[in-house]
Amino acid sequence: MTTTVVTGVGVAAPNGVGTEEYWRATLAGQSGIGPIRLFDASPYPVKLAGETGLDATAYIPGKFRAQTDHMTHLAMSAAVMALADAEVDPAEMPEFDMGVTVANSSGGIMFGQRELQRLWSQGPTHVSAYMSVAWFYAATAGQLSIRHGMKGPALVLASEQAGGLDAVGHARRQIRRGTPLMVTGGSDASLSPGGLAFQIATGMLSTHDDPARAYLPFDRDAGGYLPGNGGAILILEDAAAAQTRGAPGCYGKIAGYAATFDPPGDDEGPATDVRAYDPPRGSGRVPRLRRAAELALADAGISPAEVDVVFADAWGLPGPDLEEAIAITELFGPRGVPVTAPKTMTGRLYAGGGALDLVTALLAIRDQIIPPTVNVTRQAPGIDLDLVLAEPRPHTIRHALVLARGLGGHNSAVVLTAPTTPLRNPQRSER
Amino acid sequence: MITGLGVVAPGGIGAKAFWEMLTAGRTATRPITLFDAAPFRCRIAAEVDFDPAREGLSPKEIRRMDRAGQFAVVATREALADSGLGADLDRSRLGVSLGSAIGNSSRMEEEYVAISDGGRDWLVDHRFTVPYSYSYIALNSLATEVAWAARCEGPAVVVSAGCTSGLDAVGHAVQLIEDGTADVMVTGATDAPLTPITMACFDALKATTPRNDDPASGCRPFHRDRDGIVLGEGAAIFVVEELEHARRRGANIRAEVLGYANRANAYHMTGLRPDGLELAESIRAALDQARVGPSDIGYVNAHGSGTRQNDLHETAAVKRALGPAAYEVPMSSIKSMVGHSLGAIGAIEIAACVLVIQEGVIPPTANLTEQDPLCDLDYVPLVARKQRTDTVLTIGSGFGGFQTAMVLAAPGQVTP
Amino acid sequence: MTTFTIVKLKEIMLSTADGAGLELEGDFLDKPFPDLDFDSLAVLELATRVQQDYDLTIPDEAVAELTTPRDVLDYVTRRLGESV
Repeated sequence: MTTTVVTGVGVAAPNGVGTEEYWRATLAGQSGIGPIRLFDASPYPVKLAGETGLDATAYIPGKFRAQTDHMTHLAMSAAVMALADAEVDPAEMPEFDMGVTVANSSGGIMFGQRELQRLWSQGPTHVSAYMSVAWFYAATAGQLSIRHGMKGPALVLASEQAGGLDAVGHARRQIRRGTPLMVTGGSDASLSPGGLAFQIATGMLSTHDDPARAYLPFDRDAGGYLPGNGGAILILEDAAAAQTRGAPGCYGKIAGYAATFDPPGDDEGPATDVRAYDPPRGSGRVPRLRRAAELALADAGISPAEVDVVFADAWGLPGPDLEEAIAITELFGPRGVPVTAPKTMTGRLYAGGGALDLVTALLAIRDQIIPPTVNVTRQAPGIDLDLVLAEPRPHTIRHALVLARGLGGHNSAVVLTAPTTPLRNPQRSER
Repeated sequence: MITGLGVVAPGGIGAKAFWEMLTAGRTATRPITLFDAAPFRCRIAAEVDFDPAREGLSPKEIRRMDRAGQFAVVATREALADSGLGADLDRSRLGVSLGSAIGNSSRMEEEYVAISDGGRDWLVDHRFTVPYSYSYIALNSLATEVAWAARCEGPAVVVSAGCTSGLDAVGHAVQLIEDGTADVMVTGATDAPLTPITMACFDALKATTPRNDDPASGCRPFHRDRDGIVLGEGAAIFVVEELEHARRRGANIRAEVLGYANRANAYHMTGLRPDGLELAESIRAALDQARVGPSDIGYVNAHGSGTRQNDLHETAAVKRALGPAAYEVPMSSIKSMVGHSLGAIGAIEIAACVLVIQEGVIPPTANLTEQDPLCDLDYVPLVARKQRTDTVLTIGSGFGGFQTAMVLAAPGQVTP
Repeated sequence: MTTFTIVKLKEIMLSTADGAGLELEGDFLDKPFPDLDFDSLAVLELATRVQQDYDLTIPDEAVAELTTPRDVLDYVTRRLGESV
């Protein structure tokens, strides 16, 4: 079976645009969560989120920028970084040997809301010709394939916050099926007034006004999460093909991947009592996160004892937090593995979240250090994880497990394994 | 193996009504009734006469789900019943792969109109949203509805690739079965694009036909005077199963997916080069995987959207991929009858292909009274054709440059 | 606004490319749009913007004949003249 490795990464996150900028901030515990600036959030009960300081003009030509939403800007910028990092010039590679599988969840909502406003306040002739290509969920995959001349398999996957892991898992599948290089990861830009209003309706967002107290996964004061705009791109390659073309080493292997779905209740009868698109927890709903993790470990051929760190989904609400903590504890034993959630510094990035967690885990493997979870101080009753709090923890990491859950019942897990030979380019190890 | 199918299409809810319309060569394109289309350039569409309560949805489901979700769940229930899958199924090996191009955009737009007070307020009023309005922007919610209806515990995802989503979602499902991730997948696609915002998008692109005076013949693929697409809506869902799993339970295998390939033209989000090279490459790769040659194909279900550029692009691609056999094989576009339902149509077309294989009849290209001389293949004009057909090729092309091909066959057609 | 100037034309063209990247100096007016890296989608967007800003409706056949920036300049100037 072919080995799938990560040869390049790129990041556009609320606490750093550019991989090393993001990593430095993350190790220093610097959060990118703050007051929403993309629009006036004063009328809303939620006023905080993670916004990136991305200057798309630095990465994307005007022609592409004009016809795309921020969600695509994030992914396209990160892709430029990742391709450079992997030392790939797509123009030099056979066109059909490169494909794209990225994740998205919310679509191009900021672009979309502007055009909806034009439609409904002025009429159909005022809608931009670009709306048809900017807002729809698959836009990013199309634009990436066009920009970089990639003619291999291309598509977008959506499973909310689990999407980034699903995209990477599917990219690995394409590599095994014969496409040697895949651009993968995910991005999301759910923040517009309308996008925020819809998210507020779930009741899951934190209304706390102090960024240091608003998003506290596993904490006894957990009271909701905060969303963030952002994304990450990974260049996946067939290991043998990467070596043949002279890739500058790799960050690690995608060793295992699995996804499951929580059935909402008992076996009999239809799921009619589903509110807010997430069946009530603890009421017959059967969590399957642990099973996703087990399947991913089995896929990687490793046992729980060999996992050196878990990057948690960290929803930030008591029910989901407890479920995740139970899954981790049952799998690894009480305080059996270090657990961290650097997304406390970015917010939940939906389709960008899993991808960013994977990049973060690969950087942790590269530098043998676990980034911290910030702001969390006292774990909730019933939760007793070995959380890496406040300060990063130097640690020997050979295998990392990344978990993600999407609203409605999606669970995904990826196992990353350290490369057998370190990265060739010494500059990449500098912090 | 396809062991179950369900269809919600303009002109017919349920596989039987759908097939009856296709073989009669009747079109479902008509003046738009779902919203006031007077201010729009294109004012016709193929609409589903859909009464959700009559189709078995509960009041809560109707209130909660976007039209696209409602189509998907109704089609899912038909497909599950058709498949005969029992309660003893190992649900951890049952997954969902659902295609959609624009998801729950119709309810999203309705919500937007309310909370923005008709487009007046940029800072919309969050207090006027319904509790599950987030699901109208989170595309995965369509997969969750199908996953709940099917009670799956394996992987569930929405596959989105614009107008090829339907083909790509089913292809995705087949890949998960092939690599041992699942034994059974509930797969297909849904879209409900007949709303002001989507109509305005297509108006701005001038991609839809402005032929409002003759709605019944609005969509004219391969016709000399064709001038654009007619939007449609609907869903088609399949139960796709690993061969041994289907055999062990004595399932009725309707058709087999032999090959699937998707590529990108890496050229333009909406434009197509006339040479059809990347679509031809998808076709070649799908035939290769299916281990069939061009002359084995008994029918080609075309993308046939009816734009000037597509029909030329597609004709070139088919010629490039099939060679001289392109001139021997019938190729028709059912969009001429059911319109173009964006992400859903790929799945609806797979449903048509399954029925072609089972019934031995090829649906026509409606409205094809005068063929474009530059489109010189056999497009089965106007009248359905009785012809036993064991191996079928279906193709699709879409915004973003996605190009997809799938080969389906009667069961037992090709020995592995 | 009752006149359509080259300045306004350039402004609209640049905004369809998010402000940068187009070579709109010298004798750009007679260059075919593709030579200016202005694709079919951008031409449609240009037509939409002109319609919005000048309260015109440009019929399909007219859009199809807009092959250079000068075509746009001439067409809009003529239409604005007609509405006087």
